[in-house]
Amino acid sequence: MAEYQNIFTQVQVRGAPELGIVEGVELGNRSGGGTFSAFLGRLGNAQLGPIYLGAIGTISLACGLIWFVMVGLWFWDTAGYNPAVFVRDLFWMSLPPPAPEYGLSIPPMREGGYFLIASFFLLISVLLWWVRTYLRAEALGMGKHVSWAFASAIWLFLVLGLIRPIFMGSWSEAVPYGIFPHLDWTNTFSLTYGNLFYNPFHALSIVFLYGSALLFAMHGATILAVSRLGGDRELEQIVDRGTASERAALFWRWTMGFNATMEGIHRWAWWFAVLTTLTGGIGILLTGTVVDNWFVWAQQHGYAPLD
Amino acid sequence: MALLSFERKYRVPGGTLVGGNLFDFWVGPFFVGFFGVTTFFFAALGTILIFYGAAIQGTWNPWLISINAPAIEYGLGLAPLREGGLWQLITLCATLAFISWALREVEIARKLGIGLHVPVAFGVAILAYVTLVIIRPILMGAWAHGFPYGIFSHLDWVSNVGYTYGNFQYNPAHMLAVTFFFTTCLALALHGALILSAANPARGQLMKTPDHEDTFFRDLIGYSVGTLGIHRLGLLLALNAGFWSAVCIVISGTIWFEAWSEWWNGWLQLPFWADIPGGVNG
Repeated sequence: MAEYQNIFTQVQVRGAPELGIVEGVELGNRSGGGTFSAFLGRLGNAQLGPIYLGAIGTISLACGLIWFVMVGLWFWDTAGYNPAVFVRDLFWMSLPPPAPEYGLSIPPMREGGYFLIASFFLLISVLLWWVRTYLRAEALGMGKHVSWAFASAIWLFLVLGLIRPIFMGSWSEAVPYGIFPHLDWTNTFSLTYGNLFYNPFHALSIVFLYGSALLFAMHGATILAVSRLGGDRELEQIVDRGTASERAALFWRWTMGFNATMEGIHRWAWWFAVLTTLTGGIGILLTGTVVDNWFVWAQQHGYAPLD
Repeated sequence: MALLSFERKYRVPGGTLVGGNLFDFWVGPFFVGFFGVTTFFFAALGTILIFYGAAIQGTWNPWLISINAPAIEYGLGLAPLREGGLWQLITLCATLAFISWALREVEIARKLGIGLHVPVAFGVAILAYVTLVIIRPILMGAWAHGFPYGIFSHLDWVSNVGYTYGNFQYNPAHMLAVTFFFTTCLALALHGALILSAANPARGQLMKTPDHEDTFFRDLIGYSVGTLGIHRLGLLLALNAGFWSAVCIVISGTIWFEAWSEWWNGWLQLPFWADIPGGVNG
């Protein structure tokens, strides 16, 4: 009977830190040691580090830091260089894109030029981080699945900040940097184009987002349920199916008449997560470029009430 | 119905919560059990009632079929079938079908000798549904506050309720829920991709190991949560997404009645900085 319910690690065993396997990695770029966190060890591995830096990683982090600091300095300026005002108004602060009249030109620094420069650094940072995911996998002889999944997220990022503004002919279409301002942008975007809920690609994106949560709850819970039998050793179970995989499969077969395999569930997972941002990006790109009012479009296509 | 090659040795009696051996059998791939019977009964009845409602509504366009909650005048009373009574019955059927399904999962887990994580996780999803159509309507005093059962009509409901409280994105629990949903999606992409990339290396190479997984993530971000940890993390993230979704709606109209953007005024009014000019709110 189910008396053993795997929730947290109760006893932590600690040896020397794992320094990682070598394969084709340039070890000079990998930091030498690792530290431990007992708190992290309750959930998963306690070991922190080592990390691989190297030129691409360093430039990516530097560019990301420049973007972060540029946005922070703009907020600092907005706060009148008063730390109390900075903290008080932090969530309301905004580094907005240029005004519509500037189109795709480069405006003066205070009118949006600063926004474009910060965005440029963010773009470089994100693209180099993609290169990093590719090269780290390559050095270890692994597949590039992380890179292609990340590319799907970058697609949505590019649509929002680069591709759609270019199609619309104005940098003003980009999303402002700020906590509440980016939420306001989202809200206004939906209202401007006639309720984004009637955008079928938005609907698909939400379906895959919620589906991702559903899948991870199902998968995470299933593996924990069979962890007593070694179910968390997924790679091993893929090639040499044990009773953990068999029981996990039969649980779902008996529950809903269908089961994935130990490898297949990760393909479901990958596609659901990847399609979230892929369909989301398509939905955003079509909005204002191809479709001006999603509610009217839905009426014309028979899925919104006519009255 | 064909059995999986290894299935027969697992098809043993026992593990049921109710009914002993009476319903301890399979139909095709499906385990039945007492709760399989109740699941089927409530799911079938609810589905038939939805079709009945669609017939009354007069449209068979699947995007537009909508079973609406009773009008506000009915309060927490029973409404005639055509006036929202169908919604009430369907809600009851759905809730009982979901709970039956969870208990059936418990029976299957017991039969297989595995943990109860899946039914517990499903319980959080049931809680979120029950919060929307039972707990919050009761707290607000009318079944009218439940959402309609229809593909686009429920989206309209989300839109309308959101704007009833100003911009719903300012609801702090909604912020948490959305953050958990996005993070779950990110973690799922990374986990799925990591397993696939280790199991499917470049052509001609040997399959990789969990040590490759750990090394890849440590090289990339300096931390690998590990093969067991990622499933705890994913489950926690996903359950939090559902839990905070339930919280964000149940506090709207019960303890908070204005626009959610107003909620943040308490922060701005803290005495030590309320009067400082400048910034955005000065």
